[in-house]
Amino acid sequence: MVQSRSLIDESGRRSDGRIIDELREVKINVGIIKNADGSALIEFGKNKIIAAVYGPREVHPKHMALSDRCVVRCRYHMSPFSTDTRKSPAPSRRETEISKVIREALEPALILEDYPRAAIDIFIEVLQADGGSRCAGISAASVALADAGINMRDMVSACAAGKVDDKIVIDINDTEDKEGGADMPVAYMPNLKKITLLQLDGELNPAEFNTCLDEAIRGCLKVYEIQRSSLIEKYFGKEKGLKEE
Amino acid sequence: MQEVKRKYVIPGDIVAEGNLRPLVNVFKIGNSIVATRIGITESSKDGAKVIPLSGIYFPRANDIVIGKILDHSSLSWSVDINSCFAAHLPAQDIFGRDFSPAHDDMGRQLSSGDVIVARIAIFDRTRDPILTIQDKDLGKIPTGELIKISPTRVPRLIGKRGSMIQTIEKATSTRITIGQNGIIVVSGNDKEGITLAINAIHIVEVEAHTSNLTQRIKQLLNVHDSEIEGDDTQNNEVNDAAINGDRVNSNNNDKEMGVINSNGTK
Repeated sequence: MVQSRSLIDESGRRSDGRIIDELREVKINVGIIKNADGSALIEFGKNKIIAAVYGPREVHPKHMALSDRCVVRCRYHMSPFSTDTRKSPAPSRRETEISKVIREALEPALILEDYPRAAIDIFIEVLQADGGSRCAGISAASVALADAGINMRDMVSACAAGKVDDKIVIDINDTEDKEGGADMPVAYMPNLKKITLLQLDGELNPAEFNTCLDEAIRGCLKVYEIQRSSLIEKYFGKEKGLKEE
Repeated sequence: MQEVKRKYVIPGDIVAEGNLRPLVNVFKIGNSIVATRIGITESSKDGAKVIPLSGIYFPRANDIVIGKILDHSSLSWSVDINSCFAAHLPAQDIFGRDFSPAHDDMGRQLSSGDVIVARIAIFDRTRDPILTIQDKDLGKIPTGELIKISPTRVPRLIGKRGSMIQTIEKATSTRITIGQNGIIVVSGNDKEGITLAINAIHIVEVEAHTSNLTQRIKQLLNVHDSEIEGDDTQNNEVNDAAINGDRVNSNNNDKEMGVINSNGTK
């Protein structure tokens, strides 16, 4: 990763005009796919991602079923039109890997023992990609799982942090991912305060690593607020939240 | 009357703190009881629970369900009960203990596509549900419109002591059979009545957690309060759903199903 140009200007603004600790605009719509048991559309800056959850449902092929818990299957896929140049619709190595890490990021939040011999299918379709699509995908899938009424220990919120021009910044976009110094996606269970995904692409010293992790968790908490309000709005209408009757 | 506290929660939210018993859709971590589903909490001296607002049907023993016959082997019918498990109706349940696959023609009794009302006789985590139709008001449904709603809305559709469903049945001159699995059969002689009943059921599904729902349904169906006996409309009908939605107490649900099926569906 070679830095070819300055990604943060003199006034501290990044390539898309944000300051270093500013998240892109996040919007979540819940229940957009009627055929699915749970679904969500997330707009994370220029990212547009649909997550759909089916299940718990019968496992096919039957030999995949586990007698003591539920099987989780996850498919992360980028549409051919989601990037500048056409992306082949066939699953790539990258998509297969991201499908696996997303599944492993979501599994700790699910109470799989409640649904033995069944399967939960999670589909994440990237309609438009702009860096940080795995984090946005995890956040959307978590909302879709809650919408599907699957027993969960906690929500999962995800956000990346990284190093750009030797500064730790939150929520890396596509340009910063390609040209910056480091990218660290983190998925976090906000109430249980547990990390379910931590990846790092690039180099950070121990102090930078700690700052980066703290910033990523701060980003996750902001995403959690949006996840929470979108679910509350769908099920109870606006501004009801934790109000006691 | 003991005090019951309610609030709206999503998974991970704290329902209550202190030495309370975790009931349904919650788990205990340290001193806190945490929600596992989106829903409305209820915490009292007995414990804390969440009444869920979304989710698929998970079978429980003694639930009354409506299912569609998929196929049969030489010993049992396989039935789709709108769940993650296919249910089985043993041939002996219909033919008796002396059933013989060589002599008894299973296809003459129930063939694929038939709709039945059944009770879940046996279910545990290790096996698929086993059904029975050997009870009052159970068996094949000959005619009717089949509709599907979210299983979490079933208690609201039934209403307190069956008030909601009785309102719809009387106003539309239809017979409505409800399965706990969210499958409903509306039958009757009047086509318009059936259409009206289906519309009313869909409205109940969409607006299940809103206030004054029974009143709005009555307005839709042009029913006056005095026409329905035993009707009980409260300002906050979320409470009704909460009370009827208590899936721990399956006996109550069975009683409600008894009211619905009192006209006989067999």
